[in-house]
Amino acid sequence: MEKYSIFNLVKNAFSNHKNWDLAWKDPTPKKEYDVVIIGGGGHGLATAYYLAKEHNITNVAIIEKGWIGGGNVGRNTTIIRSNYMFDENALFSEFGMNLWRKMSQDLNYNVMFSPRGIINLAHSDAQMNVYARRGNSMRLNGIDAVLLNREQVKEIIPMADFSENVRFPIFGGLMQPSAGTARHDAVAWGYARQADSMGVDIIQNCEVTGFDVSEGKIKGVRTSRGDIKVKKIGLCVAGSTNILAEKLNMTLPIETHLLQACVSEPVKPVLDRVVTFGAGHFYISQSDKGEMVMGGDLDGYNSYAQRGNLPTLQHVLTEGIAMMPFLSKLKMLRTWGGIMDMSMDGSPIIDKTHIEGLYLNCGWCYGGFKATPASGWTFAHTIAQDRVHELNAGYRLNRFNTGHLLDEKGLGTKTWIS
Amino acid sequence: MLYIKCPYCGWRSQNEFSYGGDASIKRPKLNKEVSDQDWDNFVYNRKSLRGKHWELWQHLSGCRQWIKVERDTATHEIFKTLKADEDISL
Repeated sequence: MEKYSIFNLVKNAFSNHKNWDLAWKDPTPKKEYDVVIIGGGGHGLATAYYLAKEHNITNVAIIEKGWIGGGNVGRNTTIIRSNYMFDENALFSEFGMNLWRKMSQDLNYNVMFSPRGIINLAHSDAQMNVYARRGNSMRLNGIDAVLLNREQVKEIIPMADFSENVRFPIFGGLMQPSAGTARHDAVAWGYARQADSMGVDIIQNCEVTGFDVSEGKIKGVRTSRGDIKVKKIGLCVAGSTNILAEKLNMTLPIETHLLQACVSEPVKPVLDRVVTFGAGHFYISQSDKGEMVMGGDLDGYNSYAQRGNLPTLQHVLTEGIAMMPFLSKLKMLRTWGGIMDMSMDGSPIIDKTHIEGLYLNCGWCYGGFKATPASGWTFAHTIAQDRVHELNAGYRLNRFNTGHLLDEKGLGTKTWIS
Repeated sequence: MLYIKCPYCGWRSQNEFSYGGDASIKRPKLNKEVSDQDWDNFVYNRKSLRGKHWELWQHLSGCRQWIKVERDTATHEIFKTLKADEDISL
């Protein structure tokens, strides 16, 4: 594989950039693999990369129905954070933060990680107390957290509405300075390029049509491009988890829901942090191109449509204008929707299943993008070693049965009850 | 925008409704031994079908009645609505 560097850039400039190697190949599926990862999104690509890199398992295929990075990794709002209170979530996410910090060097691909900080706004004394507690929990787990008062927030985001007569006056906020954003497509492409270079087959336009299971063991997977014999399958299909689970006669604590986001026309730099307005179901950041990137809550009903309805978008933007009135002057450039694998306690599942050789990675709700490296790393470990790592020990599937729920926000699929 | 035909009030916009999830889920019978698996299936496990899906909605900003709606989760098309106590198999 040709390394991306300033020298190669100059060298290729002489041939008008026509001789670059392909970033990844387009192989035809082999008859047999050691591991098949279903789903060529961020998590699937990262899993294959860490299987090759950390566990030296390279006879691996990624099977993707569409094209890699065409699902949620290509349609999120790129926020990366680890501002969780529960130990399981905090340690897992902070492990991921460390992978994010060195990802561009690790993958030899600029993922444009921008640790610009995230501020969660608070609107009452009670909420300030809750944030103080969460901030303290974060710091005990080695994560940076700063509790800001109203004046400090005003210094950082002076364009927000600080008048007295608003429905949710800003009392302060909790900030994680090391949180940030990254270029989402580059994350998928960077993982794909490295995985490919280590021998992983990335097979696109290949739909899974069924599984061969006998005596409780995975024997193979049937696809639109032929049957493949395999002993271990990693399921990384986010919103399509239930569709594949049905083919395995499994019913999971997952519902697929629709989440929308939108960007405005590009404007000059105005906002250099990520800001969430939880009370109004709204969050915002500004992309490097200058677009205001905005999102809110789920549309609120089961959906596989990958496109949203206007009432939710209208609600999100109404709340956005309430928080930052200048947004009313902007034109919307794009809106889009993705389908979320909403788990019943709001936390993900990375685990083995009752079928030997079948591994499950799902339930990311809408926090999947930031978890990409940590999810790939722990899922690769779980597949390679056939046991969960201590980092994903809290993300077992049987927690719904034993009652050890990880209900960080006390919300599952019904997020609108906040 | 979804338009939902409330069996009590007629056609109304989605804004008047709130969602209540899968309508095919049945609570385990009272006064009977209930296994953990049955409770799991009732409380957490969902098929979350792609395609036709029976679900509960409440006409919150209208008559406040719960209703059953058969909707396609891939196209958002609505086929049929029933009162909450009417059987899906009708």
